[in-house]
Amino acid sequence: MTRTQRNHYSYLFLLPAALIFSVFFLLPALSSFFFSLTRWTLTDWTFIGLENFRMFFAEDSLSIGFRNTFVYAFLTCGLKVVFGLALGVYLTSAIRTKNFLRAVVFFPNLISTIAVGITFNSLLHPSKGVLNHALALIGINGPDWLGNTKIALLSVIGVDVWKGVGVATVIFIAGISSIPEQYYEALAIDGGNRFNRFRYMTLPLVRPAMDSVIILALIGGLRTFDLIWSMTKGGPGFTTDLLSSIIYKQYSSGFYGLSTAGNVFLFIMVSLIAFPVYRFLSAREIDL
Amino acid sequence: MKKILYVSLILFFALAGTAFATGKGEQAEGSLEQPQVLTFLIDKDTSLTGIQAVAKAFEAKTGIQTEFELRPGSLEGENLLKTRLATGEMADLIYFNSGSLLTALNPERNFLDLTDEAYMDKISPAYKQTVTVNNKIFGIPASSSAAGGILYNKRIYKELGLEVPTTWDAFMENCQIVKDAGKTAVIGSYKDDWTSQLFLLSDFYYVQQQVPDFAERFTLNQAKYSTTPEALEAFKKYQEVFEKGFMNSDFLATTYDDGLGMIASGEGVHYPMLTFAFAFLSNNYPEQVNDVGFFAQPDNAPGLNGTTVWLPNSIYIYKDGENVNLAKQWVDFYVSPEGLAIYSATNKADGPYVVKGVELPPDTPQGILDLMQYFEEDRTAPALEFITPVKAPNSPQICVEVGSGIADPLESSEKYDRDTEKQAKQLNLPGW
Repeated sequence: MTRTQRNHYSYLFLLPAALIFSVFFLLPALSSFFFSLTRWTLTDWTFIGLENFRMFFAEDSLSIGFRNTFVYAFLTCGLKVVFGLALGVYLTSAIRTKNFLRAVVFFPNLISTIAVGITFNSLLHPSKGVLNHALALIGINGPDWLGNTKIALLSVIGVDVWKGVGVATVIFIAGISSIPEQYYEALAIDGGNRFNRFRYMTLPLVRPAMDSVIILALIGGLRTFDLIWSMTKGGPGFTTDLLSSIIYKQYSSGFYGLSTAGNVFLFIMVSLIAFPVYRFLSAREIDL
Repeated sequence: MKKILYVSLILFFALAGTAFATGKGEQAEGSLEQPQVLTFLIDKDTSLTGIQAVAKAFEAKTGIQTEFELRPGSLEGENLLKTRLATGEMADLIYFNSGSLLTALNPERNFLDLTDEAYMDKISPAYKQTVTVNNKIFGIPASSSAAGGILYNKRIYKELGLEVPTTWDAFMENCQIVKDAGKTAVIGSYKDDWTSQLFLLSDFYYVQQQVPDFAERFTLNQAKYSTTPEALEAFKKYQEVFEKGFMNSDFLATTYDDGLGMIASGEGVHYPMLTFAFAFLSNNYPEQVNDVGFFAQPDNAPGLNGTTVWLPNSIYIYKDGENVNLAKQWVDFYVSPEGLAIYSATNKADGPYVVKGVELPPDTPQGILDLMQYFEEDRTAPALEFITPVKAPNSPQICVEVGSGIADPLESSEKYDRDTEKQAKQLNLPGW
């Protein structure tokens, strides 16, 4: 066998995967770039240049959507890192019910997001919800969690963090467990206390795990849709609209070209944020 | 290597599975003993009682069964319809809106042309116009017509000694009295955001009376809500009701079903709604349905008081379906005197029928009889969506905004005007 032949031979193994990838991912992705430049009814299309992008940026709720998307992405990401790390440290320490608690923390992840949304919708109902009934018992008049324009988005963010913190915790547990025990022993010999242990050993050495959590949570937050749709549908009015829910509404109204343009834009925006963040984070990682 | 083996095994079984499945399907179609089945796609919010009764009678007569497929309502449902039409996976019979939303489904391409059917002579021209595209008629009326206005609780009205208001100011005074009596004056059910549109849509009678060419010029991009004072009036009504605190405190979390429960029990006294709600009230609150009455949404325009009419939703036949001929038989039966008699006997009418010779049954709810007066005195106009294809897709959200004080009337009407542009451009209308 010559060298080139051997190379060709190995490509054959990539073929099935490449085929599936191009039919189901590459082709739709490329065609979406094309259809974003057309007025499209799923059966016919007319080429209209950048008109869709002009119309997308002229959308009234877009500025709200932008702000909400960023608030949502960065807040859920930050909270998941903080709570995930705290829970990770706690659940790797010597406690008795460790395994049980790990299961409890991870549990919300096993439920479908839509089901979580519907459940919280009724839990957070202003006059019949469990939460406000509980608050009333201690004399607090609970707000309309999903109807008040100032806190509706925060309520959804809270639910997202509750649901997503399990994954972050698991990644942190894996990261913390992979730190060699000798480092901690060395620190103990040097007279480090528990705080030093966390500040100078765990925190720097758990960075790879933290970076994964940040990237996953950030991208997830930027393109999130299902939770907001099942809880508020972007409402009341447009107050909790995200980029994704704006695009979805355009799509459901039958503006296929317009919503495809929105998706192309969303794709570019997520890439522009995620790649630099990823490079910045991976440049700062420390080898174990 | 092992992984690839597993993957290819799974792939093989998956493919083999579909092959078996299709094989089975072909067999079933081939055998003649299987009963013939028509599929009927309908949204889950519409009362099925009458249509099901007609379908049962049709089955008893011809042996052809009807299988109902339910779809979600509003945006999600439209989305599903459009996708199914585009992929050719449509049911034989489709229940859908008449008027502006129909044009978006590209009826000439998807639905069977029924213009030359004999029964068309019996159907009122006002209805036919709403299912006509390029001089072809595509639908038959699925039910009676309905109207938008205010449902009110007659029992409470009597207790408080109130009179049906004919001006907006009188309506506001009534609301104040109701509020002072410790009840909800106006029921808001904005969790189902389509219900928020009623003030805006029901107000169209007054626009039509005062600016007769509004719809026409609206379609041509010449008339706007924000610059036509008579049209802007509706948005101001939202603001007034919100600012005076007439709605239930949890109106943003209240659903349509909750709202109907409130009007039936008298916990809420006014509910801006369509009269099709009476079908639900009859089924779910049979003892209280006659406590609920109807009056036209009032306005301060001098000497004017009337109601906005919703022509019935329609049943369409999918052109490329497998059972087009059976579906035509089904539709024939549905609009025959026999079919209509069964329908009107089982399903309470929401208003007058649009087919000649069909009368309201004697047990029609009180609220519908209230509505009939407006028809008899000719104080009605069709809703805007039946005379123009242009409608703002975000209309429910815009109405929620102005109705909950997030935006003021002028802002909201301007937003509404801008929002219509997308729809007009998608339909490629002249002037946009």
